[in-house]
Amino acid sequence: METILRIDNIEKYYGNRSSLTKAIDNISFEVDKGEFVAIMGASGSGKTTLLNCISTIDRVTSGRIYVGGQDITELKGNKLNRFRREQLGFIFQDFNLLDTLTAFENIALALSIQGVHAKEIQKRVSQLACELGISDVLDKYPYQMSGGQKQRVASARAIITNPKLILADEPTGALDSKASRMLLESFNYLNQELEATILMVTHDAFTASYADRVIFIKDGKIFNEILKCGSTRKEFFDKIIDVVTLLGGDLNNAV
Amino acid sequence: MLFKISIKNIRKSFKDYAIYFFTLILGVAVFYVFNAIDSQTVMLKVNSSVYEIIKLMTDILSGVSVFVSFILGFLIIYASRFLIKRRNKEFGIYMILGMGKRKISLILFIETMLIGVISLAVGIVLGTVASQFMSVIVANMFDADMTGFRFIFSSEACVKTIVYFAIMYVLVMLFNTFSISKCRLIDLLNAGKKNEKVTMKNPLICTFVFVIAVGLLSYAYWLVTAGAFKLNVMDKLWLPVGLGCVATFLIFWSVSGLLIRIFTSIKSVYYRGVNSFVLRQFGSKINTMVFSTTVICLMLFITISVLAGALSMKDSLKKSLSECAPVDMQVRLKYSDEADASDADRICRLLTDNGFDTDTYLKDITAYNMYRTGLTAADTLGEYADILISTNPLVDLSGQELFMKLSDYNRVAGLYGLQQHSLNEDEYIVIANYKYMVDIRNAALKNGQTIVVGEKTYRPRYSECMDGFVTISAQRINDGIFVLPDDAFDDSQLYITGISANYKSSDKAWKNSADNKLVDTVKLINKKNSDSVDSDDSEASGSVGSLANCETKGGIAQNGVGLGALVTFIALYLGIIFLISSAAILALKELSDSADNKERYGMLRKIGVDERMIDMALFRQIGIFFAFPLLLAVIHSIFGLKFVNLILSTMGMSSMMASVGTTAVFLVLIYGGYFVLTYICSRGIIKNG
Repeated sequence: METILRIDNIEKYYGNRSSLTKAIDNISFEVDKGEFVAIMGASGSGKTTLLNCISTIDRVTSGRIYVGGQDITELKGNKLNRFRREQLGFIFQDFNLLDTLTAFENIALALSIQGVHAKEIQKRVSQLACELGISDVLDKYPYQMSGGQKQRVASARAIITNPKLILADEPTGALDSKASRMLLESFNYLNQELEATILMVTHDAFTASYADRVIFIKDGKIFNEILKCGSTRKEFFDKIIDVVTLLGGDLNNAV
Repeated sequence: MLFKISIKNIRKSFKDYAIYFFTLILGVAVFYVFNAIDSQTVMLKVNSSVYEIIKLMTDILSGVSVFVSFILGFLIIYASRFLIKRRNKEFGIYMILGMGKRKISLILFIETMLIGVISLAVGIVLGTVASQFMSVIVANMFDADMTGFRFIFSSEACVKTIVYFAIMYVLVMLFNTFSISKCRLIDLLNAGKKNEKVTMKNPLICTFVFVIAVGLLSYAYWLVTAGAFKLNVMDKLWLPVGLGCVATFLIFWSVSGLLIRIFTSIKSVYYRGVNSFVLRQFGSKINTMVFSTTVICLMLFITISVLAGALSMKDSLKKSLSECAPVDMQVRLKYSDEADASDADRICRLLTDNGFDTDTYLKDITAYNMYRTGLTAADTLGEYADILISTNPLVDLSGQELFMKLSDYNRVAGLYGLQQHSLNEDEYIVIANYKYMVDIRNAALKNGQTIVVGEKTYRPRYSECMDGFVTISAQRINDGIFVLPDDAFDDSQLYITGISANYKSSDKAWKNSADNKLVDTVKLINKKNSDSVDSDDSEASGSVGSLANCETKGGIAQNGVGLGALVTFIALYLGIIFLISSAAILALKELSDSADNKERYGMLRKIGVDERMIDMALFRQIGIFFAFPLLLAVIHSIFGLKFVNLILSTMGMSSMMASVGTTAVFLVLIYGGYFVLTYICSRGIIKNG
């Protein structure tokens, strides 16, 4: 199977010579096309730093990151923006929808900055909205929507450009459990029906249990990795809880 | 401690303060410069009449200063409101930590004071430097010799500036204290979190309001242009002005909603790049700024009209001077029965006898007579007079018309370099150059209006007035002289005898002393005359008045230049203040929103928009924001200037559109400068994300 993301011995240091913090300490893993991977870890374990490095928002101190065979640690300036625009889709904890635009326009913006024709935009947005069940909120502004709707609109914006990789940073962090469930169902739909590759960072075991594979990070290193491998979501959830218990610490706010 | 917080705050937010600071300094400097003109002109060598004009000018400028201080005061209060608003969260944190409202007010108080003191100091230093250039400009305008350049510091203007601005700053402090005392902690803390509510107005209502506004505006435009003849009374002017203000407000109220509707429906434009984002940015802002945009638009409109009007008035005065005063001097005597020989000799003798030796001073002496025949304007206009009175009841047509012999007029015309005419024995010509009267007279002449002088009927040779004049003046104000064949009058109808002449020397100082001598001589003649009339016949004294009067090119020039300088300075003063105020409000609004913008542009960057595209979006956003009020102001000005032209032409001044170019340069420099500055500052803020 084709490898979409390959992380090769990356390290990320913060601070100066006198007080050095290793946020990421030699992490390597791969994500294949069509996979749904969750990264779990306590706060401060380095999972958000990892995501920021992959999303090119932050730079690694050493190591390589390949997306679709391209080394993104060497990209600069507008090439970076272009890469982000064309290869990646983002979903943030706080939605990051533009409050002055309607849901439709928020989704359309991702396409219009790529120069897609207006007619095509219209078609693609309405089709995707239908699939994600947000057709009825398309004309609303963010302040008129619930958190779950906002996050599904944000997901639609992330997937509409057919990116190689969707990066989700605590997507359920600001949602209640019902909205979380609906969003994760949408993720599964994106993953299975639209063959989207999703890399999701979370500290919530319930959220992680929707993924195919969970990578645990502790103190900047990979601690464990478990696979769903045909088990039901409930069984997978229990497995995750086991690892979380093993990890100890504060990673125990499972729903 | 509080002082420390204040200083740190100012330093921290210096980038946001920069434009505010810059505007304050500019305001102080301009205020100082225009109030220091008085002292700057001390070193100029000018004669007493110029001095009086300058005195009048400084009096008016100090009156205007009061008005200007109101404008600046509002600007400062408005600006400080923005600056408080964007620091709500900071104040909220202070309050949560237990700091009292009084202490917060004190922090603001110290900040305002620091800013005030620094801006005053820098502004006055800048103003002092600028006012040295100002004296050069003044000297140039009045053709005065700068007897050695001296560096002048006007302590009077300095004190005045400090007092005026101190009052403004105290008001701001009071205002700040008031607004802090009304704040609620929960609002302060939540200020940043508030979601932008986008209220879309009903497009039908928008369209309706827009149509009404355009209708009102068109009517107002019509009133000041095509319908301007109805506005002969100035107090009717409030109607188009009021309509214009209301319509401007309504247009800004409705147009943003309308524009967004239109653009969202043009999908291929709306969904290209970040267009949708830019348009929405604009839309969300303009909705909350309808009132201030209206005020800014009107201020820009006033600036353009006043500047262009004043500059064209100045140009016109300068140009018409060489045209309307082609000779150096003119003396006229009212005809009185005792004098039988009414000719050049008599006037020359009279002048020489009273101290102005015409042989040493004058050359090209040309004499002429003017007659009155009892005909009034109502008579010479015939039927048209009735029409005129019915549409314009205030017009006065009871004045007696002036008449001249053809040979007299042709002599004068020869001296002045004007067109000379010939007549058949039953024809007359009207010589006029005052546009307002020319139009009225032409209507009568077109009808072939005949006049009767001495039982003989004359008909017009031409169907319109001929350009020309006899009295030298600063402007085209000859409202009509009837030229008839030489044998049309007898001596009993003689009204005025005059001479026009040039000085023998072209030396400026020599001419100046000749002017003064002539004025003194004429005064002496009149004094003698009124004395003799008083003693001889007290009953007649009322009807005689002054016997002689004189005009000199030098005197006319000084008055013209003085008037030109006066209006130019006032217009410049108001123009600069209005421009910096309106541009500063826009800039501050844009910059105070930069926190929200920073977040939004950050989101754009996250979803992968190029830096170039982001810069472009920001540029467009700010550009539209600045251009929007300017656009309507320019449209207003087109009609406003037409009206100004009309007024100028009724004052006998021709309009020159060259002044519009100067105004545009001025506008681009200040308004455009603020735009560029705002863009650069904004970009700095969103780049720091």
